[in-house]
Amino acid sequence: MSVSVKTPAGRRSAPPPRSFSDWANQHRKWLFAAPAMIFVGLLIIFPLAWTVYLSLTDSHGSVRAPSDFIGLNNYVTVLSDTDRFWPAVGRTAYFTFTALAVEMVLGMIIALLLWRPFRGEKWVRVAILLPLVATPVAVGMMWRLIFDPNIGFANQMLGWVGIPPQPWLSGQYTALPTTIFMDIWQWTPMVVLILLAGLTSLSDEPDEAARVDGASARQRFFYITLPLMMPTVIVAILLRSIDALKTFDILYATKGKGGGSFHEVETLNVYAYGLSFDYNEYGVASAVLIIFFLIIIAFMWVLTRRRKGAQQ
Amino acid sequence: MKRRSVLQLLAVAVVVPFGVAACGGGGGGGKASSTVRVTLANHVWTDGIKAAIPEFEKESGLKVELTQLGEDQLSDQYNVKLNAGSDEIDVMMYRPLQEGKQFAKNTYLADLTKHVSSDASWDWKDFQPGPVTASTFDGKVVGVPIITEREVLYYRKDLLEAAGVAVPKTMAELEAAAKKISETNKGIAGFVARTNKSAAVTQFSSFLYSFGGDFMDDSGKSTIATPEAKAAYAFYGGLINKYGPANVSTDMSWPEAMAIFTQGNAAFYTEADSLYKNATDTAKSKVAGTVGFAALPAGPAGAKPYNIPSWGLAINSASGNQDNAWKFIQWATSKERTLAAQKAGVPGPRSSVWADADGISTYPKDLAEAIAFSAEHGVGHDRPLVIAVGKAREIVGEPIVTAITGGDSAAAATTSNAAFQKFLESDK
Repeated sequence: MSVSVKTPAGRRSAPPPRSFSDWANQHRKWLFAAPAMIFVGLLIIFPLAWTVYLSLTDSHGSVRAPSDFIGLNNYVTVLSDTDRFWPAVGRTAYFTFTALAVEMVLGMIIALLLWRPFRGEKWVRVAILLPLVATPVAVGMMWRLIFDPNIGFANQMLGWVGIPPQPWLSGQYTALPTTIFMDIWQWTPMVVLILLAGLTSLSDEPDEAARVDGASARQRFFYITLPLMMPTVIVAILLRSIDALKTFDILYATKGKGGGSFHEVETLNVYAYGLSFDYNEYGVASAVLIIFFLIIIAFMWVLTRRRKGAQQ
Repeated sequence: MKRRSVLQLLAVAVVVPFGVAACGGGGGGGKASSTVRVTLANHVWTDGIKAAIPEFEKESGLKVELTQLGEDQLSDQYNVKLNAGSDEIDVMMYRPLQEGKQFAKNTYLADLTKHVSSDASWDWKDFQPGPVTASTFDGKVVGVPIITEREVLYYRKDLLEAAGVAVPKTMAELEAAAKKISETNKGIAGFVARTNKSAAVTQFSSFLYSFGGDFMDDSGKSTIATPEAKAAYAFYGGLINKYGPANVSTDMSWPEAMAIFTQGNAAFYTEADSLYKNATDTAKSKVAGTVGFAALPAGPAGAKPYNIPSWGLAINSASGNQDNAWKFIQWATSKERTLAAQKAGVPGPRSSVWADADGISTYPKDLAEAIAFSAEHGVGHDRPLVIAVGKAREIVGEPIVTAITGGDSAAAATTSNAAFQKFLESDK
């Protein structure tokens, strides 16, 4: 207890370490970071490096079985596959951009409506956040029942207003839009939450000044609020787009392996899952995942640059 | 003071992750243990075994640790754990025709040849030859079959009677009856069956054989574009396309197709016999009292339903507890247990339970007859016998979906035939 608390100046001129505790004290910034660094190394870098390695081999059946190093052959196979891979890329892009666009517009409208205080505000906010707390697989199962073509509630409702039953999730061309609808239902609340936080932190002065100058509500939104909100909007886009790109649970819960009989909701993630867990083609699956990983990185890079631009 | 607290924090920081890791690895160990870790699929068979496990624990002095999973989760679990060489599973319930070859080739399955011949009273010879062949790989026994199934025709007695049609004996009669019933009963389908590309393959297989086709010939060449196969694709898919439910989904496996039948929305349904309880149990089926069963109608080549072992038990080759694991299998597949399971509605693989009047006492009479017929005329596989079965099913299932959606299934069969041939050449 007699050890005195060292001042920063005293630490700089510390004597060479005499014991482990001295050494530990001098290197504490590394020591404290070590568990996290080991964790990252074991759980992120190692699997990633292993996937890269697998993608260069013809590993199939079992990853423990001997496999041959085949260079970039898997990448060539994947990139020239117009049957499954490119359609999956198309579906991933379609899913992400459609869901993102609708969620951002809808999210902005709801956030603007909730911005100003009103009676019962708390209840409305809680109700809007409910879809967000539901487990995606449970959400998938729920919508699957609602959209069942024969006994589902959705077609029953359409029947009340005289519209013929729709195939929804079971149709070759309606399945993907239906899953996009489910994604919008679940994730718009998160966009609302982020945008609302951004709106609340805006100062009122620019808006008031514009009002005094006679700007219309539309003008104030497009020329004042939106530009000021840009950094927040980009954060929302960033978070949602990465999530939407990686969507797996609702697709798998509603359509199963392969994304349906016509691969109608087979995105890159579903495709890679099918390759590894259904076909046991680990080499090809790894190549798909690495390509997918690069697509996400590129996408993030573009968005982060835009965000920096918006902040300046 | 400060130095000490730094050290204390450090100790915590170092110990916590390792402690967690130790917990994660706890309970493992490759040595023989008195705890047998058993992984089973959700199935009526499993329900029966689960209830009887205390008996086994009392008799053997061993403890059973049971993990029960849905079919897909079970496959994923095996893919992850067995791939990693894990010894956390001792006994595993698996599908001999789906994963058997792949698992055996990957040496995931322990050689049981010595075990099965060690006990004459347990009697390996009592098991039917088809299931035994499917559980053997390269001359070694790698699994013990527990459940067998055959495709039978489920039908609604009341609808057939009202329409004045007899139980169809041929495919042509089936089509005529389905047509008549769907035309005279609004909202009721004449025929329903699985429609998902992969799931439908097994139920389509009996149609394929009955039309004189198969997935491949003896030399291992694809035969799914022969005139017989094309006729079978067009017939199976056509039945659903023309007389199936309105807005038919192409995602239906047995739970969805069974639901349409048990909701009273279809007259005929072809499905595995081992699922019959779903249709005759009043808690699960609205039409429980009016369900009849018949053998699969005959096609141009006769009636050739599949007759296969759908599930078996195996031992993980990485398990250090193989002797105790075998004790569990020996008990779970004993004559008494097989008889008990069969009486609960799970068709067994032992000849003795079928010869025993008690063994079929709980089955509807018409179903027992249909099963006896199928056991005699059945074909021993319901999917291509290859290593990567999952991929093969998707390829050969493509024309089924084309036919169901009203497309040109003959052209689809030609395309799939080329793809399947290419697949067969690479399936090593």
